[in-house]
Order: sequence, then C-alpha cells, then structure tokens
Amino acid sequence: MKTLWLIFSAFFRIGAFAFGGGYAMMPLLEKELVNNNGWVTKDELIDYFALSQITPGAIAINTANFIGYKIKGVIGSITATLGMVMPSLIIIMVIAKLLQQFSDMQIVQHAFAGVRVAVVVLIAQTLYFLIKTSIKGKLSSGLFFGAFLLISLWDINPVYIIILSAVIGYFRFPRQGGQTK
Amino acid sequence: MILALLYYEFFKIGLFTIGGGLAALPLLYNLAEKYPAWFDSTMVTNMIAISESTPGPIAINMATYAGFQTAGFSGGVIATIGFVTPSLIIVTLIARLLQQFRQSSLVERSFQGIRPAVTGLIAAAGLGVAQIALLNTELYTQTGQWLDLLKGKALLLCLFMVIITMRFKRHPIFYIAVAALAGIIFKM
Repeated sequence: MKTLWLIFSAFFRIGAFAFGGGYAMMPLLEKELVNNNGWVTKDELIDYFALSQITPGAIAINTANFIGYKIKGVIGSITATLGMVMPSLIIIMVIAKLLQQFSDMQIVQHAFAGVRVAVVVLIAQTLYFLIKTSIKGKLSSGLFFGAFLLISLWDINPVYIIILSAVIGYFRFPRQGGQTK
Repeated sequence: MILALLYYEFFKIGLFTIGGGLAALPLLYNLAEKYPAWFDSTMVTNMIAISESTPGPIAINMATYAGFQTAGFSGGVIATIGFVTPSLIIVTLIARLLQQFRQSSLVERSFQGIRPAVTGLIAAAGLGVAQIALLNTELYTQTGQWLDLLKGKALLLCLFMVIITMRFKRHPIFYIAVAALAGIIFKM
C-alpha cells in the first residue's frame, strides 16, 4: 500500500510540473524516479523513454506504465498512470468549464483568434524538427508525401494510413537497421 | 451511450498516437469531422493552445478537454481513460518480453515506416490549422475577391511570431500569451 502511494505521488508531481511534454520532462523523471526513489537507474530511464516513443500513446504515459509495472506489476502501472493524469484532469476541466462560461465574450474570441495563430507557429516549429529527424531518404520522403496527400486530398482515415505505413516499413526497410536510400 | 462511444473513439486514438502526443492531432481532427456534434476543428485548434499551456502530456490534455466538450465531467474522465488504456495493455504485454521487443527487427522496421508517415499527417493537420487561423474561406466564397481570403492581421501576427520564435527560445505558453494579447488589442 505504501509503495502504491509513493508511486502515485511521484507521478502526480511529475504530471503537475511537466510543462512542454516529451523531452522537457526528463529532468523531472530523473529527479523523482532515479534520485528520490531509486526505482530505476538513469540508463534504464533513458531506455524506457526511448521505448515509449514507439509504443502507442503519450510518451509520458508509456514511461509511467513501464516503470510502474517494473515496481509493482499491473497495479503499479495503473497507479502510475492515475497519478500522472490526475493533475491534468483537474486543471483542464476547470479551465474548460471557465471557458465555456466566458466563450461568448468578445474579448475571449479575440484572444483565441490570436492564440490560433500562435498554434500554427508552434506546430510549424515541431514539424520542422520532425521532418529533419524522420525524413532521410527516398522511402521516408515517399511515405511523408504519400501520407500527406492521402489525408489532404482524399481524406483517408489516418488509422489506415498508419497501418499501411507500418506494413510498407516492414517490407521495404532493410533487416539489419540502417535505411534504404 | 455517448460515454461508451467516447471511450471507444479515444481508445482508438490512444492506440494510433505513435511517436509523440502531436500524432493525436490528425486523429482528433478526423474525430471532429466524424462527430460534428461533439466538437469542431476550430475547437480542436483552441484545445491545442490550452493543452500546450497547462502541465501534463499534451495528448492527455487534449483527450480530457475533448471529452469534457463532448460530455462534461464524465466525458473528460472517460475519454482520458480510453486514451491511456491501449498504453496500459500494450506495456503489460511487452514488459515481459522487453528484450525481444526492443531487438525485434519487425518492430523497428514498422516504426521506420510509421514515423515519416505520421510526420506527413501532422504536416497536413498543420496546414489545416493554418487555414483556420490565417484564411477566411467563408468570406472568400461569398465575395470571390481573393484578397478577402487572407486574414491580414492574422498573417502579420504570424510573421511576427515566426521571427520572435526563431530569435528567442521561450516556453510555448509565453508565445500563446503574447498572441492572445495581440488578438485582444488588435481585435482579431
């Protein structure tokens, strides 16, 4: 029981202070999971984090699940996830409720018109990074443009596109790592 | 019944959000198209800003917000639980086989295919957001004047923001706040 409470509170703190998502969370993860509680070594943390990027779902949640599972099996991973999502659930719903009350106000609408422009720029930033790291040759370029066109022009369900890209990747990328040019 | 549907739809989103929270974007826009009564694409775009400004993984924030928009408090909880369920299941399944999983050539090659494709999907979503934020398609279809297609103030703000984000490396919440202020001051 005590362990579960420790897991819950550690991941609650991580969830409450993890701004910026993804890699920005690493120092927090290290502090709570390696330094304070000694549940994983720094190397193990990095490994789990890397693994979390290829398993479905949010990276942070996957990391919480892996480490929670390592500490105390299924109940550990459930507790870790609950801890991590709790701050988000509370904060988001409070904000959402407030916005619902005030969304009709002109000033709020003006603010969001500006905010949506910021979102374009922020997405563009992330996209720039993603393109640099994931497109390295003809096959990956083909997959990039293919996916882009399939969804933009023909509105194909992204789920099918993802499955298709996994199948293509399986058959077309070489067996021993590295990438086809 | 809507809660069961919400759970199912966010389970699917959780299952196919691969490679980072932003991968949920194309799936959320797709959901907005499929269930216009739940939320529309403008709301999704607003949600992104809120999710980037609050702590926690962006995908979780989006799921909670979208669920709340659709069905209030219980919607927010159900959508979030739906989103994290695939992760829980898959991690439990592979935690035992961790070594084999990590060295699996099948997994690695599939993922090499998925990554660029997901980037393409995010690019398309980004273009959609740009259309919502920077263009005025309704006015254009009415008047036919191509100048009406452009939202002047939005485009100027966009240019300004591109410049400052390249120059300064601050947290997204800073830029969102600046943009919100600009929106109010210039009555965008």
